[in-house]
Amino acid sequence: MVLYLLKRLASAIVLLVLVTTATFAVMYSSSENVVRSLVGENATPEQLAQRTSELGLDRPLWEQFASWAGKAVTGDFGISYFTSEPVVVAVTNRLPATLSLVITSMIVLSIVSAVLGTLAAIRTGGALDRTLQVVTELFSSVPKFWLALILVIAFALTVPIFPATGFVPLGEDPLGWAVAIFLPVMAIVLGELRVTSMVRGAVSDELSKDYVRTLRARGLKNSEILFRNVLRNAAPPWLTLMSMKFVALLGGTLVIEKVFALPGLGSLATNAALSGDVPVLLGVVVATVLIIVVVYLVFDLVQSWLNPKVRLQ
Amino acid sequence: MSIEVEELTEHTRSRPGALRRFLRNPLGIVSSVALLLIIVMSIAAPWLAPLDPTAPALDQINSGPNPTYALGGDSAGRDVLSRLIWGGRSTLYGAAIVIVVTAIVGIVTGLLAAYLGRFTDIALSWISDALLAIPSIIVLIALYAAIGPYVTVSMVVFGLLISPFLYRLVRTMAIEVKNEPFVEAAQVAGLGTVRIVFRHVLAVIRGPIIVMLADIAATGIGIQASLEFLGLGSVNSVTWGGMVQDAFNAIYRAPLNVVWPGLILTVTIASIALIGNAVRDALVPGHGPSRTAKKAQSRLSTPATAQTALGTSVSATSNAGEALVSLRNLQIGYPTFEGAMSIVVSDVSLDVLPGEVLGLVGESGSGKSQTILSILGLLPAQAQIVAGSMSFSGSTIDVRQHEQLRGRSIAYVPQEPMNNLDPLYPVGEQLARPLRKVTGLSRADARRRALELLERVGIRDPETVYRLYPHQISGGMAQRVLIAGAISSEPQLLIADEPTTALDVTVQAEILELLRDLQRERSMAILIVTHNFGVVADICDRVAVMKGGRIVEAGGVDDIFTRPQHEYTRLLLGSTLENAETRTYIEGVQA
Repeated sequence: MVLYLLKRLASAIVLLVLVTTATFAVMYSSSENVVRSLVGENATPEQLAQRTSELGLDRPLWEQFASWAGKAVTGDFGISYFTSEPVVVAVTNRLPATLSLVITSMIVLSIVSAVLGTLAAIRTGGALDRTLQVVTELFSSVPKFWLALILVIAFALTVPIFPATGFVPLGEDPLGWAVAIFLPVMAIVLGELRVTSMVRGAVSDELSKDYVRTLRARGLKNSEILFRNVLRNAAPPWLTLMSMKFVALLGGTLVIEKVFALPGLGSLATNAALSGDVPVLLGVVVATVLIIVVVYLVFDLVQSWLNPKVRLQ
Repeated sequence: MSIEVEELTEHTRSRPGALRRFLRNPLGIVSSVALLLIIVMSIAAPWLAPLDPTAPALDQINSGPNPTYALGGDSAGRDVLSRLIWGGRSTLYGAAIVIVVTAIVGIVTGLLAAYLGRFTDIALSWISDALLAIPSIIVLIALYAAIGPYVTVSMVVFGLLISPFLYRLVRTMAIEVKNEPFVEAAQVAGLGTVRIVFRHVLAVIRGPIIVMLADIAATGIGIQASLEFLGLGSVNSVTWGGMVQDAFNAIYRAPLNVVWPGLILTVTIASIALIGNAVRDALVPGHGPSRTAKKAQSRLSTPATAQTALGTSVSATSNAGEALVSLRNLQIGYPTFEGAMSIVVSDVSLDVLPGEVLGLVGESGSGKSQTILSILGLLPAQAQIVAGSMSFSGSTIDVRQHEQLRGRSIAYVPQEPMNNLDPLYPVGEQLARPLRKVTGLSRADARRRALELLERVGIRDPETVYRLYPHQISGGMAQRVLIAGAISSEPQLLIADEPTTALDVTVQAEILELLRDLQRERSMAILIVTHNFGVVADICDRVAVMKGGRIVEAGGVDDIFTRPQHEYTRLLLGSTLENAETRTYIEGVQA
């Protein structure tokens, strides 16, 4: 177990280094424009050069990276070029909206896909199964930002049940929070509904396994076998897919955040990337990778708890 | 991203006639036509578009549909319809780049990992995992900040970021194909690796690759449109995502303008995805019938096999007293894709007397398994009992649907012990649970009883074995556990489906001996399915020989061995026993 965690930690560090280096390298070429926009159009070349060296942007790439990384390991991610807000504060301010959206969507999607997928698998070829196949295919073809806009037009403009924009922190007003993220979550869950057909496939594969027949031959009821044996055996591929969905959603909420004007990580990243605010962008990237590493770790632990072969190794 | 590697590798393999099946699928045709229309529309945009898509008109700002602008104007007063027609160009261009980059990178790296093995494989797989862990849209935004709005570059990068999906698929399938006999044969024949890869391996795996590329293209279009919607698209060219962005900013004044570009994006993405689905369906006819059903169907590929196989049926009934179980005129069929019925068991009648051992002998596909599953009430859902009746201990049982006997009066020992234990639970737990649920024992009693049963079936250290998982025990031990489970309800009839076939020769003898001991000790009847006359000689009182879904010969063991009546029985005997004396030919026998 200790060895496993160490391995995990090592690969997380390598991943962090790779992603931050890549971000650094990509942003490096645009540093001149950034300084220009900081000092203004009318600045003299001397002012430009001075500001560049103040920010340390005249140093070679590797030196800049080393100095950033050296501070980052102590938790100092610097300040924004433009707002002078500490990066850590900027990122932590934006986390609640993004995490509310992603985690709530994941929970709803897990429940919906598990229930519908299992029902479809039990009656393969039945009415629910066929309806689901068409509906999930349809929704997964709709671009999420457009789906979100259609929901806004339908349920915020035409029939004003939900607010079109805005976010309420969960701690302040749970009901307001739920109302505010209802449409965004719905847009994400409908867009990812195809997970259902994966669950259906996994459950129906498992139902046709030999051990299920033997358990039935022992006189156990179908429902008992379904809940205790089939679903647990069908869970691993589903969990893997959900962990990948989590990562995809972390990036995918960006467009949703824009549609509903939610103050999340996505809009912070977009603005930082567009303005060339390297410290903020790196902060978002590190936060994202850390979340991803933790999520994969949690999913892995759940997997190994489910599977004795992995657990006993 | 909705790309599922596992499902593809498992279910998609090229089969002959795929193109014909694709052309017969209405959904595939409709979506191909739709995509073709969109492609033609984009190419012919300069001639098709009624107006200049970039020319603003002040009086048309956010106007609704009118005679000049059929779909109205956008926030700068440009013609929405003309912009829709032009917008397909950059979308299709982007999708094409994603497909090309992903195909080249994914296929080449996948094949390299599969063929160069070890180090390359580990390195590539690690890179692929790392790439998958990065949210691609954030990378693309950073790229935009650095280099600006270049569709080509950002789609090349996206193609690289998404290629691990294809890499995984190609790698898994290539490793599978690499070990198949025809590739090994090509190697022996002296063909170079490169030629083998291109001629043989790619031919087999191209189907799944097409399916996944369709998925990837659809995802790419979605991502590109998202970038445009975020304002990171090309400023100069007309794009559907950019049109949604423009309309979004004026959503209160002209909500309809949001609808059109999204709709055409959806149609484009859906048609590509549906073409992918149709290709997959064409490659794998008929999703999801269970393994048993597939087995039964592949054995009898033409429905005629059963009927033409042999003439009349012989019954394996008995007059020597009241039967424990009686089957009469059983007929089982599976619906075929053409709508006909493929008959796998036809006109089977048999009796099992209390305390006797009846052997059901025949080659694979003769209908033995289907017959015994119908007694257990465990036929696959697709199977249909066309005719027949059943009784147990004198009372009539609905042969089409019954579940009250199994696990109580009738027990079952399967063929492959390792596949018949749930891998996730300790074996003791799997023994004890049905005892609690079916027999109603308390938790402690069930445990005690399970330990006794383990000891009875010859397991030396029951306490330890109780806690082991299926992957920690041997096949022979697993079969003992399954036998313990079968006898746990004190059944009157034990149905064993080739109980020794999957085991080592030495273990086979032990398991047979155990079954025989248990049968005598409990005076329990056994119906044993086998294709091995050694097993028959060892344990059976009577034998029924099946071929092509019918019983062709039945009788006492001694009679069958010394005076086989049917040619097929003699054939089976001849192929089983080396002892020439048993193969006496008897004159006057008609086959």
